Amino acid sequence: MNFDLTNEQRDIKKAARDFAVGEFTDVAREYDLNETFPEEIIKKAKELGLVGLFIPEEYGGPGFGYLEQAMVLEEFWRVDPGIGQQLCTISFGVEELLLYGTEEQKKKFLPPIFEGNTIFGFAITEPDAGSDTAAASTTAVKDGNDYVINGSKVMISNGTKGTHMLVYCLTNPEEKSKTGRHSIILLETNRKGYEADRMEGKMGIRCSDTASIYFTDVRVPQENLIGKEGNGFIQLMNFFDRSRAYVAGHAVGLAQGALDMAIKHVKERKQFGQPLGAFQVTQFKIAEMATKVETARNMVYKAAWLLDQGRPDTKLTAMAKLYACHVAVEMVDESLQLHGGYGYFNDQDIERFYRAAKVLEIYEGTKEVEKIIIGREILGNLK
Amino acid sequence: MNIIVCVKRVPETSEAEITIDKSGKDIHTEDLVFDINEWDNYAVEEAVRIREKEGGTITVVTLGSQESQDTLRRALAMGADGAIHLNDPSFLGGDPYATAQALQAALKGKLFDLLLTGVQAGDDGYAQTGPILAELLNIPHATMVTKVDIDGKKARIHRELEGGLEEVCEIELPALLTIQTGINEPRYVSIMGIRKAKQKEIREVLIKDLGLSPEQVSAAGSLTELKELFLPPTCKVAEIFKGSPDDVSIKVIDILKEKGGL
Ligand SMILES: Cc1cc2nc3c(=O)[nH]c(=O)nc-3n(C[C@H](O)[C@H](O)[C@H](O)COP(=O)(O)OP(=O)(O)OC[C@H]3O[C@@H](n4cnc5c(N)ncnc54)[C@H](O)[C@@H]3O)c2cc1C
Repeated sequence: MNFDLTNEQRDIKKAARDFAVGEFTDVAREYDLNETFPEEIIKKAKELGLVGLFIPEEYGGPGFGYLEQAMVLEEFWRVDPGIGQQLCTISFGVEELLLYGTEEQKKKFLPPIFEGNTIFGFAITEPDAGSDTAAASTTAVKDGNDYVINGSKVMISNGTKGTHMLVYCLTNPEEKSKTGRHSIILLETNRKGYEADRMEGKMGIRCSDTASIYFTDVRVPQENLIGKEGNGFIQLMNFFDRSRAYVAGHAVGLAQGALDMAIKHVKERKQFGQPLGAFQVTQFKIAEMATKVETARNMVYKAAWLLDQGRPDTKLTAMAKLYACHVAVEMVDESLQLHGGYGYFNDQDIERFYRAAKVLEIYEGTKEVEKIIIGREILGNLK
Repeated sequence: MNIIVCVKRVPETSEAEITIDKSGKDIHTEDLVFDINEWDNYAVEEAVRIREKEGGTITVVTLGSQESQDTLRRALAMGADGAIHLNDPSFLGGDPYATAQALQAALKGKLFDLLLTGVQAGDDGYAQTGPILAELLNIPHATMVTKVDIDGKKARIHRELEGGLEEVCEIELPALLTIQTGINEPRYVSIMGIRKAKQKEIREVLIKDLGLSPEQVSAAGSLTELKELFLPPTCKVAEIFKGSPDDVSIKVIDILKEKGGL
């Protein structure tokens, strides 16, 4: 057993931190307030290889793993959740290509993430299919050499800014099993019939792009099917087993950021003639907070590490996502509390972090969905 | 153009709380974050830029503890080709003279055109290691360098002087330049750089490899001795200006002018 990070992992974390501190700090608040898309930062991050760390070198990627992806996103979210979110989603869904794509698809679609302006997205959620992904009703019907896609998706990251969208479609509605009806199809967003409306007014991570998407007779060549027809649900679950590990890394970063702010504040702020941190009740609070963040980090690193060992652990990954995201929400609450009234104003970073945290318990599987998964893994199907 | 850059790992102290340790001669470093000395970061960047134009190789050198390899790897990831680590506990604890002496022993006989150091180190701030090293190597040097243009066997350099003045000089190569912050905008370390750095060599050098005796390095080889370290006492003298904002700002500007702050 060895808990040490390798030199490379430590260097990668440091590189991500230096980049985030150097590039996010001055613009984070303003971008969040104005919902400004961080175009320039994305360009720089791509050049530095600070996106899609798990994409192999042969496809133009940095060639590291999910653990490195989680660590980089942790450092990004620690400085600004919104920009961190946007940089995470640049490669969102490419796991499908890596796991199920043909060599040709990988060679064609992956390198431009780094050398070009490719931005990915993965459109699963629909107005009537949220947690219940098997209810998705956007259809893809074969016609000649194409699929013709019709339907709509909602709350999709990079819906308007993305160049490539993986779309979770209903292709085999006649299939008896709910898990054998869907397929994942990759489409370029400049195809005719693809329309996206930016969804404004998010509570947090506001500089990141989220959109509704409408598909009207969008024609895609059948060679854009990723994996097998009818295997979409299984492929989706295997995607979540990976993405949840680094989305849980978001939570560790956000929680650490909130803790950093709390520590700084209680050392500086004096009341009743002493720093807040001199009250034992504050010391206990900080001790509990730091313990939880460290626990979350260890779970997340282990889940991500197992992925890189080729041993995905559905239960542990769901636990890491559940726990880390819960801790993140708790940490912003505690940290803001320690900031007192000042934390309620948006010149304090904790205000932005507080608004950002909640989404962590909703996307990539709500906390209830994570519990359903963990419970099922432990108890099996008792019905 | 072969370039050698001397780098040092130092604690980041600008925002940290500094406390003196029991010996009275050092600070507590357990809670501090260490990184490459800020000036050295500019020197590494400058070396990489010069090589991009002129070709050649870059070697980074450090004298320091085992952890200093972090700093070397960082420079390798930024683009240096190889590294030398004077990694022997007996090197540690010396003044700039002792450090320069060890560096000179390590660099003696190496062919290079440019030797860069930072103007100073953020921890002890002596600003002496560079010039002493140049003297020991018997090559010309220039300090506080803010611009470098290579011109064959010479370099045209800008030096920062007091009061915002700049001086332009020519210097014969090989030469040592101590690099000032702001000379360039250092790049971020890239993930590809980190991957490449793994393939590059960090050569470790012990005191016996340099033919130095213990008397020539560390405290024994130093010309100065650190007696005591203390935090500057907090001063209570503050002058409060009264009057309208206009009057007060005129007073403040007068004082700033008088003290050379403008
Ligand atoms: C900022 C942002 C970005 C997003 N990006 C993407 C994206 O890129 N791609 C994408 O496809 N989607 C994206 N989403 C959508 C997200 O995945 C969904 O919001 C999420 O899956 C939940 O679905 P829902 O909102 O429809 O909630 P619902 O499924 O309606 O859930 C509402 C509540 O009911 C609970 N619930 C539902 N079913 C059960 C059950 N069986 N047992 C117990 N409780 C249950 C849920 O846990 C939740 O608390 C994004 C969302 C946000 C906010």
